[in-house]
Amino acid sequence: MSEAMTWVALFGLAGITVLTRGFFMLGEQPLPIPDWLRELLKVAPLAALVAVVAPEVFMTQGHVITTWQDARWPATLAATAYYFWRKGILGTILVGMAVMLPLKLGLGW
Amino acid sequence: MQLFERLRALAADPDFRRGARDMASPSLGLAAWGLVTGVTMVKSGLSLPLACGMSLLVFAGSAQLTALPLIASGAPLWVLLATAFCVNLRFVIFSAQWRHYFGHLPRWQRLLNGYVAADLNFVYFVKRYPDPVPASGQQRYFWGGVAVNWPAWQLCSFTGILLADRIPTHWGIGFAGVLALLGLSYSLLTEKLLWWVAMTAGAVSIATYSLPLKLNILCAIVAAGAVGWWLDARKGRA
Repeated sequence: MSEAMTWVALFGLAGITVLTRGFFMLGEQPLPIPDWLRELLKVAPLAALVAVVAPEVFMTQGHVITTWQDARWPATLAATAYYFWRKGILGTILVGMAVMLPLKLGLGW
Repeated sequence: MQLFERLRALAADPDFRRGARDMASPSLGLAAWGLVTGVTMVKSGLSLPLACGMSLLVFAGSAQLTALPLIASGAPLWVLLATAFCVNLRFVIFSAQWRHYFGHLPRWQRLLNGYVAADLNFVYFVKRYPDPVPASGQQRYFWGGVAVNWPAWQLCSFTGILLADRIPTHWGIGFAGVLALLGLSYSLLTEKLLWWVAMTAGAVSIATYSLPLKLNILCAIVAAGAVGWWLDARKGRA
């Protein structure tokens, strides 16, 4: 893609951001939302988060991990333990990274 | 001067401050993700102005990361836009919920709110206002969160763009973003039923991972919704 064409693409992508994030807010009258969609809305945020997180923890390049020498599961375990002990998100991140970095850089997991 | 006074009043507003405070700690984790996005944009061949432009204009990490290889390989514009739309489908679902809170605003304001509303804004807002009706303070709470989330993301994205050649990819800094989302998921597990919903979402997302266009995320949401609906209906009968 040429430089100019890429700029066009970027503005197009910005348009997609506005369109998707404002989709049901575009019209003046609310679009009818079917019941099944309403049910879906209740669990959608949790489901979307877990759907993004699970492959990042349990998969490598499209395959489920088969080795235990992977820095991510001890990091996730430690982060989980911290969360249910103290309930803070920042601490969860820091504990997880503190477990992951030495395993990854020190042991090459 | 009047604008300055108004901004000062906003900064002192309790709803605005609460929105900003709620967003502060998870933003740190997502900032790491912004860093990774910044690095990736440059490494996939975007020039410095293009990378900065993409960060400022598109403001959607997952769509940006998905679009980069397509731009690099010269994919047709419509494929690029259709792919970004699919990756962003979760926002379409969120927007139906936003409508309950922002539906009474003028259109330009609804769309502006939508444009700056990333995943975290949605999660925290719905947690703070579980009843889907407009209430006083909502706008200020919303913009308090945006005032932290937007600059934090842009700052880290720009840092990533400038440091692209110095941060080794094998450090795996991006995992901090995953841990942030993990903590956030745990904070949403407010009833027992939701554990089953979460496990379904995780399992389906992994099982359908090989689908193109990140459609596994959508499959997971739909399956989790079905499980949630079924458990709810069963509980209602019992």
